[in-house]
Amino acid sequence: MLAPWVVVLASSLYVALLFAIAYTADKLGDRGHSLVNNPYVYTLSIAVYCTAWTFYGSVGLATESGLAFLTIYLGPTLMALLWWVVLRKIVRISKLYRLTSVADFIAARYGKSMQLGALAAIIALFGTTPYIALQLQAVSSSFDVLLNFPQTQLDGSGWWLLEDKALYVVVLLALFTILFGTRHIDATERLEGMVVAVAFESIVKLVAFLAIGIFVTFILFSGPFELFRQAAADPRIQELELLTSLPGGYGSWIAMLALSALAILFLPRQWQVSVVENVDEAHIRTASWLFPLYLLVINLFVLPIALAGMIYFGDWVPADTYVLALPLAHDQNALGLLVYIGGFSAATGMAIVATIAVAIMISNDIVVPALLRLRRFSSEQRGDLARLVVTIRRVVICAILALGYLYYLLIADLFALVSIGLIAFVAVAQFAPPVLLGLFWKGACRRGALAGLCGGFLIWLYTLLLPSLAEAGVLGHFGLVLLADGPFGIEWLHPHALFGLGDFDPIAHAFFWSMLVNLSLLIGLSLLRPQQTDIERIQAALFVDVFLRSERDARFWQGSATVGDLQNLLARFLGYERASAIVHEHGEYRGRRLSETEQAHPELVHHIERLLAGSIGAASARVMVSSIVKGEALSYEGVMEILDATSRAIEYSRRLEQKSWQLEKATRELRDANERLKEVDQLKDEFVSMVSHELRTPLTSIRAFGEILLNNPEMDTGQRREFLEVVVRESERLTRLINQVLDLSKIESGSSEWQLEEVDLGRLAREAAEATQQLFTDRNTRLEVVIESEQTAVKGDPDRLMQLVINLLSNASKFTEPDYGEIELRVGDGHGDTVRLAVTDNGPGISAEDQQRIFDKFHQVSDLQAGKPKGSGLGLAICRLITDAHWGRIWVESEPGAGATFSCELPRAGGEHSTLTGFVDFAERNAARLSGSGAAR
Amino acid sequence: MSREILIVDDEANIVLSLQFLMRQSGYTVRTAEDGEQALAALREHLPDLVLLDVMMPRRDGYEVCQQIRQTPEWSHLPVIMLTAKGREVEREKGLAMGADDYITKPFATQEVVDVVRRHLGE
Repeated sequence: MLAPWVVVLASSLYVALLFAIAYTADKLGDRGHSLVNNPYVYTLSIAVYCTAWTFYGSVGLATESGLAFLTIYLGPTLMALLWWVVLRKIVRISKLYRLTSVADFIAARYGKSMQLGALAAIIALFGTTPYIALQLQAVSSSFDVLLNFPQTQLDGSGWWLLEDKALYVVVLLALFTILFGTRHIDATERLEGMVVAVAFESIVKLVAFLAIGIFVTFILFSGPFELFRQAAADPRIQELELLTSLPGGYGSWIAMLALSALAILFLPRQWQVSVVENVDEAHIRTASWLFPLYLLVINLFVLPIALAGMIYFGDWVPADTYVLALPLAHDQNALGLLVYIGGFSAATGMAIVATIAVAIMISNDIVVPALLRLRRFSSEQRGDLARLVVTIRRVVICAILALGYLYYLLIADLFALVSIGLIAFVAVAQFAPPVLLGLFWKGACRRGALAGLCGGFLIWLYTLLLPSLAEAGVLGHFGLVLLADGPFGIEWLHPHALFGLGDFDPIAHAFFWSMLVNLSLLIGLSLLRPQQTDIERIQAALFVDVFLRSERDARFWQGSATVGDLQNLLARFLGYERASAIVHEHGEYRGRRLSETEQAHPELVHHIERLLAGSIGAASARVMVSSIVKGEALSYEGVMEILDATSRAIEYSRRLEQKSWQLEKATRELRDANERLKEVDQLKDEFVSMVSHELRTPLTSIRAFGEILLNNPEMDTGQRREFLEVVVRESERLTRLINQVLDLSKIESGSSEWQLEEVDLGRLAREAAEATQQLFTDRNTRLEVVIESEQTAVKGDPDRLMQLVINLLSNASKFTEPDYGEIELRVGDGHGDTVRLAVTDNGPGISAEDQQRIFDKFHQVSDLQAGKPKGSGLGLAICRLITDAHWGRIWVESEPGAGATFSCELPRAGGEHSTLTGFVDFAERNAARLSGSGAAR
Repeated sequence: MSREILIVDDEANIVLSLQFLMRQSGYTVRTAEDGEQALAALREHLPDLVLLDVMMPRRDGYEVCQQIRQTPEWSHLPVIMLTAKGREVEREKGLAMGADDYITKPFATQEVVDVVRRHLGE
């Protein structure tokens, strides 16, 4: 048991801290160091969803229906998946048109309808009041538990005390909300202090709940397994079948999921933090994974605490207070105090945000429009309305909190926390059809939205609110009959079983009927009587297509108003200085100073209407502006024409972009092609340079010896003969070279003139050996021809294949020692269905490096012995071209010092290549090779 | 004592013709077949002039010429480049590498003799 002054002091200190945080955040924000421009603060502020109901009530619900409590958190998790589509669109529209609440949003969507705004505000008020009462009840009962534990039943003597402290809380809440919730008249200006304070409270309640969870699970029990083991052994818990039963059946589960999914979007406080206070659409991305994570963490210990409470207390202590009772029963007063503060923060966070959100709705959508109808506030008056609007809002805040307090005093005591919360959920779920359909369906019309909201709301009143009042005994005898047999004894009108639908629990039942009525009326009327006014059609188009259009060009006024009149109108709500600053700014945008007497541009009129909407709601702003703009607002067609011009411009620029992209692509392709051409050109240059070098070399000897012989007629015969032999040899070399260059270019330029016929490679090898006999005889080199196979027919050009074999043979003879040379020409089966031809010599061999490049043009093996006749460097290049053209391959195997084997394999005739009618095209192949190398570079 | 010329070329027949021409003009001749051999010959003892081919295996003429210019004892040595690469850029590259003169193959025998004489100050 704690002394009262300790609890009061702790509460006061906590509230003081909250004020300090909000104050600091506001001051920092004023100086430009915004704390709310942060996805984590945004997410934490959305966690205002977890109220005292989560904090105390989840455990209570878990003791009754096990995992069913999770549906309230699974719904928002599912909705978070859709945030990027739904919430982002709502945020974009709300920012664009300065919509300050869900009521304002609905009013604006359906032709800036005052009736709709007012109706939505009333529904929000009805839904929120019990919810605020619930928070007050949670705070005061937690206070009692803290003070009186283990005594839990309150007696009458505590009454004055109870009244006192809930009232204190209400007063503190009112003070806080007024201080930090009405700093600006423009409701679209962010309430940074409030948001940061609420985010802070989200941390406090999380920490407190985790602390008690860890205490229970790991200190009272030696871990979750032990806890579950004991729980499983407890007969009372076994009876409940907490983990296996599904109370209310699937219908109920689905209803809860849907209900909570809608609540996370449409509860006034959720709309306030997630839409109105959103700074950056990108924050939604973070929140859509972080917020579900927060829900998961805060629910982690609900079941353990519930089970532990049942093991310890059973029915002796109300399950809603297990969280507090568990530490107190173990004399953990400090922990108890922390839990109390956590619950306190959950309750106050909700109450503050809900109050300000509803207060803005009531003031902007009910009070201000009503006042504007009074003559006293019409446009001729020059009074300062800003102060009035702020005052109205403050009064409304006090009124809402007072209502909540009253509700708490009268009936809240009688219900579990959960049922009050769910009643509020069903009320705000009525916003879902007009908002969600309105976001994506232009056909949804004002009349349908109005009828749907009315119908859904009436069902809610009848099936949930009325019975709850009856249960509280407020309705007297009528109430008793109502609950027992239906109104006046008419059973099929029983509020929990309309038309005999009695299988659902009351919440699911009310949800089902209200949604059915709401949706049917909205869709039905929209389809049946689709005629809409211009302003409705305009707003519908603007909302549904918000991502398609540019806002700057939207103009809806064709009438005339002077700049001075507009400025005065604005000044009445925003103050003279801000109004003239705004007009001045607009002048700068137009590039000149605006005179007070000139006609305002339609854009300025539109801009000012939007600014006013932020202060007094969209519907009122329209009324105010139309009161000074002479002439009609533009027709739907007129507005669409302007908007379409804009979208045409956007389309045009999109096409331009596409064009320029195509151009860029073409340029890139051309550049690449050019690069390839350059490469080819460079290769050709190199080739020409190499050929020139190779031609000049023998020519040099021929000329030099020619001149020497010419200038030295007296030279002795031996030397003369030697020199003349050089001239002849070099001339031959020159001839060979020229022939080979010609061959090469012929092969490369195309194989179209070649004959394609069957060639017996074995016979061809023998012929080649005979043709080169002289070469080997001269050098006294032995040549052996081995034909291993009978089947050596290939398909190809006989002359080219002959050239291939001769080149290989002469290459071999060139690199063997005269007198010692041994060369073998072998024809046999190759890999797969090929014929192999191999020439082996016993020359010096080829280094690994040279083996790589030996088939390149003009590649000369480097360490040649001096005095040997050199090759042209083209023989092997020609060999490779010929084998390539014949779908074959050529390679060399060699060990330096141990000779070399040049092998080539050509496809056997009659195999898969028998159907071929032409050779491999070199132009194509070279292009492919070049572009391949180009890409790799 | 007669002047000595170092002839460097990987084409045996060209070496043979230059050797004949130089000897006929009264010079002593040593020969080398590639860049490495040329540098070895230079280290052995210094000739009075080098006739240097460009396209050779194992260190081409450019490298050898650069090496000669970077070695202080050799830097004054007259180097005449002989090359079958006939383009203007190659001639400029040769001169940039420090060659004193540049003769394109095929050459006139008289031209080679004249250039050698001029660079030996005769």
